[in-house]
Amino acid sequence: MIEELLYSSPSLTNTLIFFGLGASLLMMVLGFVTYAILAERKVMGFMQLRIGPNRVGGPFGLLQTVADVLKLLLKEDTIPKAADRPLFMLAPVIAFAPAFMVLAVIPFSESLRFSDIGIGLLYYIAISGISTIGVLMGGWASNNKYALLGGMRSAAQMISYEVPLVMSVIGVILLTGSLNLIQIVEAQENIAFLFVQPLAFVIFMIASVAELNRTPFDLPEAESELVAGYHVEYSGFRWAFFMLTEYVYLFAMASITTILFLGGWNPVPYLEFIPGIIWFALKFSVVVFFLIWLRATLPRMRADQLMSFGWKVLLPLALLNIFISAVIKEIWF
Amino acid sequence: MIRTEEMLLNVGPQHPSTHGVFRIVLKIDGEIIKEATPVIGYLHRGTEKLAEDLQYTQIIPYTDRMDYLSAMTNNYILCHAVETMMDMEIPERAEYLRVLVMELGRIASHLVWFGTYLLDIGALSPFLYAFREREMIINLLNEISGARLTFNYMRVGGVKWDAPEGWIEKVEEFIPHMRKELAGYHDLVSGNEIFLNRVRGVGKYTKQEALSYSLSGANLRCTGVDWDLRKKEPYSIYDRFDFDVPVFEGGDAWSRYKCRMAEIEESLKIVEQAVEQFPKEGEIMAKVPRIIKPPAGETYVRIESPRGEIGCYIASQGKKEPYRLKFRRPSFYNLQILPKLLQGENIANLITILGGIDIVLGEVDG
Repeated sequence: MIEELLYSSPSLTNTLIFFGLGASLLMMVLGFVTYAILAERKVMGFMQLRIGPNRVGGPFGLLQTVADVLKLLLKEDTIPKAADRPLFMLAPVIAFAPAFMVLAVIPFSESLRFSDIGIGLLYYIAISGISTIGVLMGGWASNNKYALLGGMRSAAQMISYEVPLVMSVIGVILLTGSLNLIQIVEAQENIAFLFVQPLAFVIFMIASVAELNRTPFDLPEAESELVAGYHVEYSGFRWAFFMLTEYVYLFAMASITTILFLGGWNPVPYLEFIPGIIWFALKFSVVVFFLIWLRATLPRMRADQLMSFGWKVLLPLALLNIFISAVIKEIWF
Repeated sequence: MIRTEEMLLNVGPQHPSTHGVFRIVLKIDGEIIKEATPVIGYLHRGTEKLAEDLQYTQIIPYTDRMDYLSAMTNNYILCHAVETMMDMEIPERAEYLRVLVMELGRIASHLVWFGTYLLDIGALSPFLYAFREREMIINLLNEISGARLTFNYMRVGGVKWDAPEGWIEKVEEFIPHMRKELAGYHDLVSGNEIFLNRVRGVGKYTKQEALSYSLSGANLRCTGVDWDLRKKEPYSIYDRFDFDVPVFEGGDAWSRYKCRMAEIEESLKIVEQAVEQFPKEGEIMAKVPRIIKPPAGETYVRIESPRGEIGCYIASQGKKEPYRLKFRRPSFYNLQILPKLLQGENIANLITILGGIDIVLGEVDG
């Protein structure tokens, strides 16, 4: 349906349809963020002998995040006197917009997808890099030394880990012969790339955790060192935007992992009767759970170790993986 | 024209990883520390001066608030000093109760250190696990003394309260539980590659430096000096127990970690033996005059607290208040090496090093 609309001449109807679709995607993502935060708190509570939210919205705290967001909305919007005002206000937007933009290319099932562009993967990687600028901008504009250190760490970290991240997916691209995410999923009909490209998968997971700024790579906002890092001066809804960015990226990164390595909506053999979208949701949830699990288990790395690990371990391994993939492709396909 | 300059970064007194109200002013180049100036005194309450106007029994609650993570040892050092001056004989049962609560307190203190240290390094869960076990100890101590943190349990000549019915059995049950959980901590943390990378070789100093900075406790034993007052100058009834003093050679944060974790095991051994030997009945207070007046003169005693060597100096003029009271507070002495260790380190290591020293601000500031 969408393709027809795309090729038809612009009119009020398809503008409205596109707007409606965009809004529904936003709602879906916000719904995810709401419950991902709750899930994170619940799962971590379970792992840490706590209960987690249990007051607002029934015994499971189903409305806890809603209440939190409401609180953030009602908070006073403070901008430090010495801050660079325009940049300070722009930074959360620049961080958030790309996070939402990347979702456009992610296919959730055979039918549930919003765009089908040939260079989907490249688009994802390119756009997601922009968020760093928002983070760096926020760190700089706050005119706070902790925020500046956090921003600098963030920039250094993102650059170092973007490279192995891109390199690790090249193996997948080689085997598929396409940058289109839908074709990548279709290429995994028989076997998920997780089993064909195990090394790439490990590198991708590590690099994506670093990209997401989550434990053990949460240096930009290392609470015990930099207090809150780049968003130390932010409060209220601007701060909420940074948090939202983080969780939307969690959504995007878990989706892309599912698509690239876990076979997207392809079912497990003999269980084909379960619809694709449920398979996608299941695999996606496993990835999200894994990321939460990591956060509850691991300590934080140090900035210099993080750098040397990225450049001296992950990057050579990713290059090796490209070489192996090329050889495999040459021999078997 | 590119120009770089050093930045002055103020860490604390409200920073989350300074364990209270410690403040340190850093001169940093990027993330490398060029110069570190600690600023202390935010928690100063003048314990020593206040003590000059108080009777000895009245001073005991003040000692609780010095090292609030192991208040029992602080109680003991004051009582021990007065008892030494008055040459007092302490009943057997009281001595056992004192050793039991002190060693339980030592375990609790090390657990807090373990949890907060891991929290500093960025792992959230060990903190909550450690506090689960600490809570059990706190409950035990609460049952015997009526307070969770500031116990005010010991008195000159003995202890205030006898062990309630079934308390000894509860302590006995706690020992195997703690051993099991301790093995769990090692599984979760001690072998973790990220943790090892964070602590190995960080904050290293030599034996000579440790001695010349007058470090004590695990901060000294991590450099290979076998010095534990419970063994070297046994006080109370420590000569009746069979335990080892964990000594490590490295002198870095990793050795300090191993040292403290091993000390928990040794304390468990002591508690186990104390429970076994615990006298069925007996007095818990010696015959003490109603108003305690140590003879004129002065005395200095020292014992091993979880943080190191805690000493108490009393100058008495034979009155019911001390003429001068002075505590050698181990955290304060252990902290002195910090500026030297921080030279050329980065901010992440600042947290590791500061946490590794195991300070309690109540003790540093007095």
